[in-house]
Amino acid sequence: MTIRPITISVPAETLDDLHSRLSRTRWPDEVEGADWDYGTNLGYMKELVDYWLHTYDWRAREAELNRFAHYAADIDGKAIRFIHERGKGPDSMPLILFHGWPDSICRYLKLIPMLTDPAAYGGDPADSFDVVVPSLIGDPGMSKSDTEQPLAKIAELTHRLMTEELGYRRFAAGGGDGGSPISQILGVRHPESIIGLHLTDIGFPIMMANFPDLSDAEREYLARSQAQGFTEGAYAVLQGTKPQTLAYGLNDSPAGYAAWIIEKFRSWSDCGGDLETVYSKDELLTNIMLYWTGGPSVRAVSYREEWVSGSLAPDQQVDVPVGLALPPRDIDPVPPREYAERNLKDIRRWSSRNSWAARSGHSSVRSGTSRHRSKSPRPRAIDPRPGTSPAGALPGRRPAPLLPSGIRRCNRGHLRPWLAAPSKSLVRNVRNKQIPA
Amino acid sequence: MEVHSFTIDIPEHVLDDLRERLMHTRLPDEVEGAGWDYGTNLGYMQEIVDYWQHTYDWRAAEAELNRYHHFRTEIAGSGIHFIHERGRGPEPMPIILTHGWPDSFYRYHKIISLLADPARFGGDPADAFDVIVPSMPGYGFSDRPHERGMTSARIADLWARLMTDVLGYERFAAGGGDIGSGVSQLLALRHPGQVVGLHLTDVGFFSLGADIPDLSENERRYLAAIQELWMQEGAYSMVQSTKPQTLAYALNDSPAGLAAWFIEKFRSWSDCGGEVERRFGKDKLLTNIMIYWATETIGSSIRLYYENMHALPLQFLQEHIDVPVGMAVFPKDFIPPPREWAERRLNVERWTEMSRGGHFTAMEEPELFVQDIRAFFRPLRAEHREALGVST
Repeated sequence: MTIRPITISVPAETLDDLHSRLSRTRWPDEVEGADWDYGTNLGYMKELVDYWLHTYDWRAREAELNRFAHYAADIDGKAIRFIHERGKGPDSMPLILFHGWPDSICRYLKLIPMLTDPAAYGGDPADSFDVVVPSLIGDPGMSKSDTEQPLAKIAELTHRLMTEELGYRRFAAGGGDGGSPISQILGVRHPESIIGLHLTDIGFPIMMANFPDLSDAEREYLARSQAQGFTEGAYAVLQGTKPQTLAYGLNDSPAGYAAWIIEKFRSWSDCGGDLETVYSKDELLTNIMLYWTGGPSVRAVSYREEWVSGSLAPDQQVDVPVGLALPPRDIDPVPPREYAERNLKDIRRWSSRNSWAARSGHSSVRSGTSRHRSKSPRPRAIDPRPGTSPAGALPGRRPAPLLPSGIRRCNRGHLRPWLAAPSKSLVRNVRNKQIPA
Repeated sequence: MEVHSFTIDIPEHVLDDLRERLMHTRLPDEVEGAGWDYGTNLGYMQEIVDYWQHTYDWRAAEAELNRYHHFRTEIAGSGIHFIHERGRGPEPMPIILTHGWPDSFYRYHKIISLLADPARFGGDPADAFDVIVPSMPGYGFSDRPHERGMTSARIADLWARLMTDVLGYERFAAGGGDIGSGVSQLLALRHPGQVVGLHLTDVGFFSLGADIPDLSENERRYLAAIQELWMQEGAYSMVQSTKPQTLAYALNDSPAGLAAWFIEKFRSWSDCGGEVERRFGKDKLLTNIMIYWATETIGSSIRLYYENMHALPLQFLQEHIDVPVGMAVFPKDFIPPPREWAERRLNVERWTEMSRGGHFTAMEEPELFVQDIRAFFRPLRAEHREALGVST
């Protein structure tokens, strides 16, 4: 047992340094009436940095975070940090929840009390969970010399955490964004340990699929997903190819780091363009603080091609039971069920547009009835990540006819290659690195 | 139109602030043994930041830049900076050279004198050019556009007015690489009566979108190779084309961040064999970076990608350009195109495959570059004279 309790405690000098950087922020200009069209809005950024400097209280937020039980464990020489909260019920089911990027453990903080103590929220104590939320910032799985792919490595590390360190013989897993493929890898590699998976998106692995028999609905989904990728997905290609080049600016400029993250929280959430209908500045900044203070930034923004290739290959099946809860305003469109079923063979629950949206559309978010759902920022555009351009991955199929007319004009210029098929070497790479089931 | 002579003189407080920022640079970590695989190498960045703080001398670089004749003028509400060096020869031909990104007007600093005064460098004075090197709107010492829609096409229109209305040339030559290639092509497309010929070092990315049924095997290979390369190297362009503002905050706030963003490109796009300093010393790299940092133009410079993506009419990317073109293809530039690809859109009269050099042509191989420009325009000079009605 290497588990030890920890508390989050950012050194005062880190906060002083942050304050001094924020007060010296050298703002870029923006064109008149730019709104959010060119990226993170300047007026909002100035407001946010002003708040960060003069109103935001990290120590108070830190104390809130520390109300949860945090631990660290060393597995294979790698330290992994996690929250572990015991359920309050007769027979709590262990559940590990994986966050993605650019969110953090904050993704699940609102859920933890509801999951561990359903009775306190008018639920049935028989539904209680022991909840484990590992922190993947400063990614414990990433090292160039590793032969194992990072997502698979995280899956392995956390499997050992759950079984060897925490003593759970079987457990449930869940996640969204990068957390979805990690969960799926657990299902492929350790079906004996996995009770079931709860996913909020299908993840990016099956986007690599080369399926000859796509239904019309699947083709439309892939086209919409790809189209979304053109306008929203460039960050993923960048982080997937040159994360280090980006890291210098983000790690040196808190305003720069915040802008890089905030844009995603706005465009991937059910906020209707008004970020603060879903996230308060405190929430946004606390999540950013975990990145700013969380150590090496290159790892926080990296997911090179091996991240993609480290997830599922098209012919890999997840046989454990899966529940999918697909929010209507996720960045990626809701996939047709048959598409998800290509890899996920035992979908027991499917909550999508019809069932979910009716209860938790935009207005219900505003009235606060389902804020926990909106708290989960939705995954990035899947397609432009190297090697995952879906329509392009279909030899003999031309992507252009699938595209909405407004997108076709992007089929040129600098983005032309982006639109077309994924590079051969990346596809090859993915195929060579299938996860042994 | 009024033209003012201009001297580069960065205020001392900007340099003080820069020193302060560099001193407090919060460098990221790096994956063990990363080399340059993940992007700009950490060890090299530490060296650069140290050199920038302790050794680099902006005032010396500034003095060197000020040896050229700089001017500013206002065209259609845009303040434009340009270098204008009069040629020394019997009949200098005016040429406007357009830079790209992440270079700047500095791209041409080594060749201005060679082109303007060939005799001084052992050449023929008959080859002399009047050399005009502007900074594109949003770059360096030109104004930052405050409205949407400043595309390469609008820049080309500004250049036509600069050359004719402001400087009084009826007809002129044009040349460029990177974004400058596109601007030059648009200049020829929209103002064919004014442009004697184009000297280009790449075909630009403009014509890639055309949907062409009868591709040759070479063209197919070229397009596949470009695509392959672009997935590895082109993400910066995707970000700059879709979310430039999101990136601008960090790059305008962190000198190290800006330097890293640029240096990766100078290394991977040049003929340096992986050793950036075989092509560019730290002074050269930093002077180019300073032209963006000191003017706070990184945000406006990358917006050009967005504008070209969103506001450049499609027809401009497809129409054939009839003005004579000289193409100088450098072997270590992204992927040299096959001639037939260039000829789909351009009237290629001269095609030179260089023995060495990369994307930053005139910075890397000034002599080769200059020889090719002179040779391409030599036969066009007679035609140029005739068009102007000049008798010899």
